[in-house]
Amino acid sequence: MIRFALPVAVFAVLVAFLYAGLSLNPREVPSPFIGKSAPVFSLPVLAEAPREFSPADMKGQVWLLNVWATWCPGCRQEHDTLLRLAQRNLAPMVGFDYKDEPAKAQQWLQQLGDPYHVVVEDIDGSVAIDWGVYGAPETFIIDAKGIVRYKHIGPLDDASVASDIVPVIEKLKAERS
Amino acid sequence: MTNVRTALLLLAALALFSGSLSAGISVAEFEDPAKERLYRQLVSELRCLVCQNQSLSDSNAELAVDLRRQVHAMVGEGDSAADVADYMVARYGEFVLYKPPVSARTLVLWLGPVFALLCALLIAWRISGSRQMAEQGGVSEADIARARDLLNK
Repeated sequence: MIRFALPVAVFAVLVAFLYAGLSLNPREVPSPFIGKSAPVFSLPVLAEAPREFSPADMKGQVWLLNVWATWCPGCRQEHDTLLRLAQRNLAPMVGFDYKDEPAKAQQWLQQLGDPYHVVVEDIDGSVAIDWGVYGAPETFIIDAKGIVRYKHIGPLDDASVASDIVPVIEKLKAERS
Repeated sequence: MTNVRTALLLLAALALFSGSLSAGISVAEFEDPAKERLYRQLVSELRCLVCQNQSLSDSNAELAVDLRRQVHAMVGEGDSAADVADYMVARYGEFVLYKPPVSARTLVLWLGPVFALLCALLIAWRISGSRQMAEQGGVSEADIARARDLLNK
């Protein structure tokens, strides 16, 4: 009996592991930033030359940081979702234009609509390294104390906004009051 | 035999070729050969998160280029392997390390192969044991006597 049952059991365990592995997304690497202070930076604001933005400017409110670029197909894909999210005025969204050309970025926002509270330019991608960005689009949610609380990797769609993003924003806003 | 020889030749060619490829991609120059060695070791032990089954030295993704530049700068300033690894782990998590540190979370990863090997040895030992038993116990004294009789005829 054991002669038979043991290999079958081992096989079943193997199949269970492989099956579970199929539904994992290897691109979703757990971010080491969750629960830590948002990395400090100061970057120029798109098309407003001397003006710079830093995460400290957002202290006291829950906000989103969306990493995007005009060369990134996933960013085009999520753009309409971002516009709809921005219309709801839940939390300000900062656009983080990653390794892009400012002129192209400006054109993109004029043509497709601008969901951002402010857009910063990280032309050489050095600040993105501090944020652990490894592929646009990525969306971070930062709480009123300036701590990163959530990270979404890959394009957002209406379903993931409703199931992941909005509940986190609402929870963090409730925490504050 | 010729098959084995062809396979070995192919493997050798592959090893040579891939070596020259990665050397071609990660061009970085140091005055100090020790730093150069450290740099080469680091970029081959850090994972590129864009194309996850490639190391920084293998990958040509933009992020890999940026991170190679970062490693180059850090090594040039005299940072140690641990400094660079800490820098990367703080930003991208332990996943960037092809050789993760032994911790409660990675214990299965480190001990899994040893455990599998022990299981295999145990199974092999039991199978050979039961074969031996069958060989020894499978023939009765009477049968052996009968066989001897037949042979002696």
